[in-house]
Amino acid sequence: MDMTPYLAGIGIGVLSWITFLLSDKPLGCSTAYAQTFGMIEHRIRGAASLEKPYWKKVKPVIEWQWMLVVGVVIGSFIAATLSGEFGLLWVPSTFGAAFGESVSLRLIVALIGGVLMGIGARWAGGCTSGHGISGALQLAVASWIAVICFFVAGIATAMVMYGVLSP
Amino acid sequence: MFEELHANRTVQLGLGLVMGIAFGFFLQTGGVTDYNIIIAQLLLTDFTVVKVMLSAVLVGMIGVYLMKGRGMVRLHTKTGSVGSTVVGGLIFGAGFAILGYCPGTVAGAVGQGALDALFGGVVGILLGTGIYAAIYPALQKRVLGLGTFSSDTIPAMLHVNPWAVLLPLAVLILALFWVLESLGL
Repeated sequence: MDMTPYLAGIGIGVLSWITFLLSDKPLGCSTAYAQTFGMIEHRIRGAASLEKPYWKKVKPVIEWQWMLVVGVVIGSFIAATLSGEFGLLWVPSTFGAAFGESVSLRLIVALIGGVLMGIGARWAGGCTSGHGISGALQLAVASWIAVICFFVAGIATAMVMYGVLSP
Repeated sequence: MFEELHANRTVQLGLGLVMGIAFGFFLQTGGVTDYNIIIAQLLLTDFTVVKVMLSAVLVGMIGVYLMKGRGMVRLHTKTGSVGSTVVGGLIFGAGFAILGYCPGTVAGAVGQGALDALFGGVVGILLGTGIYAAIYPALQKRVLGLGTFSSDTIPAMLHVNPWAVLLPLAVLILALFWVLESLGL
């Protein structure tokens, strides 16, 4: 029995105690992407962009969660370097085996997936960490329903993509 | 508790970074920053993602509700609706499978060298949030408020003490782990 996923999960659970206690915040990631887009839009379009209702709801500034996402990149880099798993990669092996080693195909597919996920995360008000971990551990109704929807649609889409299910 | 600390912006930015480093470390160590692991979960051939998420929920909920009972922390739940949570959640799920990372694990994947995560995933998520910001006024008017959930938390919905939900849920999660390990998944 491999205990690693459980130990990593326990680590994240304990970390969530600390974020609630010291920062009065739940772990979450997707708002930071919206803030980044808002900051870029502000740079390009100037103050007028801030009139958009969404940027009044989500302030496009660098705050706690934005730094959290930057930290995730660094923390993962440290862990991958220590375990010798760091390596530059364009096409993940499962994707390559099913759809070929074309870098441009993988990038286009990833981009489409990313766009859908960015829209969906903001539409649902959270992502796999914000709803799936933080909201679920607070026993939030919306979060349990969201995470069920994430996995129902995710499982169906992956099974169609990889030919386990035909549409 | 710690209200002054919560209000100190500079300290919070530093804490965010340190907590993010820990989060990224755990995500990578747990294996969930790997496309292959996430897709295998969605194809139901590997349950690493479920194990990481549910152990975090199990440990997190006990600590957070213990601290809440002592007035040390407050909850941050949002009111959901069919129009927001279900529709958005299904769109998210489709994107999750097509990209093969989520907004947190895509950042972790970048940290371990996945360039598809950086140039495809991160760029796509940024564009997606921008599209959402553009369509938000129309959605807010017509969709997001449809079928608003009556309660924010499951204990409030059932009118019970949180521990009456938490303890059975903890037992269910442990039972699921036992089943997964028995099946060798």
